[in-house]
Amino acid sequence: MECQEEKPIIYTMENKPIVTCAGDQGLFTSLYTSLAQQLPREPMEWRRTYGRAPKMIHLEANFVQFKEELLPKEGNKALLTFPFLHIYWTDCCDTEAYKSTVKEDMTRWQTSLRAHASADWVIIVVETNDTKKKNKTNILPRSSIVDKIRSDFCNKQNDRCVVLSDPLKDSSRSQESWNSLLLKLRTLLLMSFTKNLGRFEDDMRTLREKRTQPGWSFCEYFMVQEELAFVFEMLQQFEDALVQYDELDALFTQYVLNFGAGDTANWLGSFCAPVRSWSGLLLRRPIDMEKRDGIQRGEASLLDLRSYLFSRQCTLLIFLLRPWEVTQRALELLHNCVQELRLLEVSVLEGALDCWVFLSCLEVLHRIEGCCDQAQLAANCSHTVGLWAYATDKLKSLGELCGLVSEKGPTSEDLNRTVDLLAGLGDERPETVSSLQSPYKKLKEALSSVEAFERHYLELSHAAMEMYRAIGRLRSARLVGKSLAEFYMRKGDPERAETFLQEALKSYTSEGWSLPVTHTRKQIAECQKLLDRTEDYLQTSALLAGDVNLTTEERKHFCQEILTFAGKSEDQSPKVTLSMAVFSQLTRLQFRPATASVHSGAVLQAELTLRCLMPVSVHIQQLAVSIHFDLERAGTNGRSKGAPRQTNPGTVEFSQANSSAGPESASAAGPPLELDEIQDRSPSDNSLNSTGVVCKNTHLVMRHHDSSSPTDTPNCVSPPTVTVKDGGQMLKVQDVTLEPGNNSITFTAPSGQPGTYTLRQLYATVGQVQFVLPHIYPSVQYEVYSQEPQLTVEPLSEPLLAGLPQMVKFTLLTGHYAVKKGDALQLSNTDTMPILPSASCTARITSPAAELVSESALSIQSSEKVTSISLPATPPYHTLEFHLEVLCIIPHGPDRLANERLTNGEVRHRPRSYSHPDTPMTAIDQRMSIDCPWSIYSTLLALTFYIPFKTKHSLLSAGNRKYIQVCVQNMSDVNFMLAEVKLTEKQHESLELQSLNTKTQQLLCSKHSVFCLWEVSWKDDLPSCLQCVFSANFSPPKQDVSAFKPFHYQFQLERVTTLYSVRAEILPPTGEQHCRSGFLCGLEVCITRLTEPAEGEVAEDSKIDTDGLRTTKLMYEVADSSSNWAVCGKSSGMVLMPMAADATHKVQIEVMPLFAGHLPFPKIKVLKYLPHTAALAIQPDPDSCVENDSLSLLDKVLDDQGDTASIRSRGSVHSVGSGDQQQQQRGVAMPRLEPFTAGQVFNQSYTQQVLVLPATDDHIMEVNAT
Amino acid sequence: MAVCIAVIAKENYPLYIRSLPTQNELKFHYTVHTSLDVVEEKISAAGKSLGDQRELYLGLLYPTEDYKVYGYVTNSKVKFVIVVDSSNTSLRDNEIRSMFRKLHNSFTDVMCNPFHNPGDTIQSKAFDGIVSGMMVQTG
Repeated sequence: MECQEEKPIIYTMENKPIVTCAGDQGLFTSLYTSLAQQLPREPMEWRRTYGRAPKMIHLEANFVQFKEELLPKEGNKALLTFPFLHIYWTDCCDTEAYKSTVKEDMTRWQTSLRAHASADWVIIVVETNDTKKKNKTNILPRSSIVDKIRSDFCNKQNDRCVVLSDPLKDSSRSQESWNSLLLKLRTLLLMSFTKNLGRFEDDMRTLREKRTQPGWSFCEYFMVQEELAFVFEMLQQFEDALVQYDELDALFTQYVLNFGAGDTANWLGSFCAPVRSWSGLLLRRPIDMEKRDGIQRGEASLLDLRSYLFSRQCTLLIFLLRPWEVTQRALELLHNCVQELRLLEVSVLEGALDCWVFLSCLEVLHRIEGCCDQAQLAANCSHTVGLWAYATDKLKSLGELCGLVSEKGPTSEDLNRTVDLLAGLGDERPETVSSLQSPYKKLKEALSSVEAFERHYLELSHAAMEMYRAIGRLRSARLVGKSLAEFYMRKGDPERAETFLQEALKSYTSEGWSLPVTHTRKQIAECQKLLDRTEDYLQTSALLAGDVNLTTEERKHFCQEILTFAGKSEDQSPKVTLSMAVFSQLTRLQFRPATASVHSGAVLQAELTLRCLMPVSVHIQQLAVSIHFDLERAGTNGRSKGAPRQTNPGTVEFSQANSSAGPESASAAGPPLELDEIQDRSPSDNSLNSTGVVCKNTHLVMRHHDSSSPTDTPNCVSPPTVTVKDGGQMLKVQDVTLEPGNNSITFTAPSGQPGTYTLRQLYATVGQVQFVLPHIYPSVQYEVYSQEPQLTVEPLSEPLLAGLPQMVKFTLLTGHYAVKKGDALQLSNTDTMPILPSASCTARITSPAAELVSESALSIQSSEKVTSISLPATPPYHTLEFHLEVLCIIPHGPDRLANERLTNGEVRHRPRSYSHPDTPMTAIDQRMSIDCPWSIYSTLLALTFYIPFKTKHSLLSAGNRKYIQVCVQNMSDVNFMLAEVKLTEKQHESLELQSLNTKTQQLLCSKHSVFCLWEVSWKDDLPSCLQCVFSANFSPPKQDVSAFKPFHYQFQLERVTTLYSVRAEILPPTGEQHCRSGFLCGLEVCITRLTEPAEGEVAEDSKIDTDGLRTTKLMYEVADSSSNWAVCGKSSGMVLMPMAADATHKVQIEVMPLFAGHLPFPKIKVLKYLPHTAALAIQPDPDSCVENDSLSLLDKVLDDQGDTASIRSRGSVHSVGSGDQQQQQRGVAMPRLEPFTAGQVFNQSYTQQVLVLPATDDHIMEVNAT
Repeated sequence: MAVCIAVIAKENYPLYIRSLPTQNELKFHYTVHTSLDVVEEKISAAGKSLGDQRELYLGLLYPTEDYKVYGYVTNSKVKFVIVVDSSNTSLRDNEIRSMFRKLHNSFTDVMCNPFHNPGDTIQSKAFDGIVSGMMVQTG
């Protein structure tokens, strides 16, 4: 290989570490090819100092012939030209030759190496078989030469001499030899690197530490460290190389920052020189030698240094396959450079930096495009888009600076400026001269003419926008679009500008950024004005006039714009319709009356509260609300409306979500659900079929969820399409002035026809402009109704008492009917409830608002059948009220009249008394039938009266004497006076009822009773049945005699006569004076017949004995309910009683007192015993419980036959056959027991007592102490 | 220190935005609004990788020639944006982080106020004070 004699070509990537070769050049040349090929084949691990991670490294070398000049002189820091290894080649095998020439040569070589303190050397001895063969005789063994060399030169460093055997032969021995050589060379090279680079780095660090010394220069240091970077790059350690540049970058940055902080380094002065060239980055060369030289000479400007540094970083990053880091770093660099120039207060021509940034951006982008394919670029837009946008930005400001954006084109001043800027670009670099799209050419062209500028600018803008869109950065895209719009505005193309502005505005409104909204809207207004789009402009103006972000002056301006337009008297042109929302807000609507429901023809007022958003007061010619009228049909579809949802009756508050400044998204939740209850009723019987809840505003709620586009937001620029509905009816107010803020406007609502009126739209007309609120929401309704006349009757005081005059209140709601003079109510008279005529009866007429209108006397005429009440004239929807006194007659007898017919032919409903669950009093419903003038049908009304008394009667006997007691109980809550208490018997003249009552008048307090007693006396026979009528007069206490009203009570007494007298006697045991407890004593029961049998009695239950004596069977029973007595033996029995007066039967029963003391006699019951034949004859009263009792008693007797012998004997007499037959006959014909009625048996010893002594004299007293 | 501090609701409308009065307020509104693009990008990127163990601090959103825009997002997706002047080189990442933490704490206090309606713009003197402190402090 040709050795490189002069300075080696460096600065290309073909750089390799230099290895010098001395000795036999011919030999080396023959081996060079294989050596150069094989050396990098195997990687070698490079262990490094300072804890840096070891690296696998493929070593290459540049083999050059050894020359003394190649050895670095003292102080030379160059690393690239540094020979890392020196090799001496020899194939000498002849001792003589060695001694004579080779050794000498080697010594010289060693001496020069040593002189330069280079210890990285190796001697390679090549041995071939050929040489061996040639000089066989005087040849020393091969090893001896090597040994000699080793002993001569490798002083204890035997590894410095390597043998290579048969290098040109293809044998395993040769290969082995090569491998060991290569390994050795690699090891030695790495050792050399470590040593020399380490030394270099140490020196470099030392130099860096001197940076605070006055003479220190960054540029010098830069060169030193870059040398290291070069070496790393040479070794393909790009990462390490990049680190060197990054360190330099950081060091420089720190100096600039320190400068900013007031710590100035002298060397920094050169970088503060005014910028004269702004040719941008140059990234197409691996190393920009021009700039490097500049740095080396200390003449580089800040931009030069930064450019050079970045170009190197860029190169390395691309080697490292990290192109996206380049773009990111580029953006940082550009921003940083601008800042640094500012910080260092470097004077720069205006626009020069823009040129530099623009060119640099494009250069970086070109460089990246050059090393990536299209797909990669598209996928990594996010990395490049920043540069695109930055370039766009800079070009725009350049265009503005050079007068390329204005409509008129650049002025001469602008042109001069352009020339200056172009001058700073210098000439185009040779690398890009041939390229058509070089950044240099682009900039030059863009600045050359208005058209070219526009083309380039649009191209860049659209590219940036497209990329932003592609990566989803829509906001950024819109911002670029907005900037583009500004450009179009400057160019006088508002049409294009508007599209971009609208898009941007949409984004700001949807996200609620009020300040950008206002700003963009202002720009839009400008566009629209220029475009002469009146309606849009007015709408936008209205929005702006109400925009609180603007100053009052601005708002007034926009408001004036509207008013000026409105003031134009153009009759032909249609009115401009704008959205109400921007002009004023409907905040509240209040109905008066609050029910929002009036009868037809009544006055209903609606008060609207409008918040005017305009900055000045606005005069409105007409404010109108259109109304939708719905004829109300009763029971449509059987649906009933839910309760009104407003908490505040009659007032509707409108939500304020559409305030233009507020966050739009707050209302993004959508309108609140408006729910109503529905009930589906069957049309036939009005029963509930189904019930549910419906959402009334589904269309609004659902729409909001479907579309995320905020087109229907109140902030949208284009006014909502407003269709002015031609409502037939309207609420109107003329000539209103709306002041800024809340205004209250009162409307009078039409209320002619009954039905539902829904407020639909609100219009405000200002000259040519009409503001429309297309939907009033939530919907507001009021109702106009028409009512049928209604008559009600109710008690003036509860409860109505029967038997006394009571006041009832008649209420007539006239509804739509006007009561004329002469109209009368016709009441059908009834006997049970006569209407009492009264002298002064006045009627009150009140208005719907419950105000008294008039008061007039009523005239009441009563005929036999009808009571006619003439009504005073009453206007519709008024209330007429009057009182009448009625009396409900207490029904007193069981005898009822046959059905009567009323005057109108209806069947009279007899009042029937019944017990009312609410009161203990008995109630009577009284029906009234009233004929009203407005209807052909009678009105039926019912009143409930209560009977104040409850009456009971009883028959008392003493032997044959009879008494009748009547008890009157006052059930009502008032006290009464009772007078003229009387008892009469209707049928029997001979009967005399002698009153035993002393008082003529008696107070009967509430909830108390009065008892009255009469003795019955008779002449011949006491009739068995008495029809009695109790009568009394009653009145509330302290009333006039005339106020007493009669009260009757009818009753009937049957079987009055006393048939038997029962007398009991207790006989002490024989020899004792008194009964003793625990000892048996006798009970003698004596039953005496008092009367001759009456006719009915004979037929009923007597039996004629064989001896012709009529007898009847009685059953007696001794029953001690209080367990005072123990009955021993039989307790009941049958007696056969002759049916004649004074017939007596005595029964002896043994009883035992169980306690001492005055014991009442055991109870003795006497019952009629009816044989089964008689039982058949008598139809048993189904209601009689006595029968059941008797049956059960008999059953007991039959089942337990050993108990009562008497019954058994009787039973056997009457039983027709065996027990089976008896069983069969039971229920069909059985003996029955029947009690006597109250008066028929007189018990003489009733409640009589007998003294019973204790059984012994031991008096035991039980004392319980607790 | 900071030239503009903004709090942005989950739905991306501003809850609070304040800039140095000497500067063009509108410009900052645009800047902060645009930064939401990057915030969203970062949130979605973070969401993919880490799940719920998310770093709230988003770091530098994007630099401009004049400003550096930093972002932070709470777990409830409320965003904080701090804009710092580029010439202010003394601010380190840690200081920005601590500013965000302070801001977050104060914001939490605002949310804890029972009279504050979440979703409304922030009108709190205490919060104002914290923000003012961050804007005035010059480092």
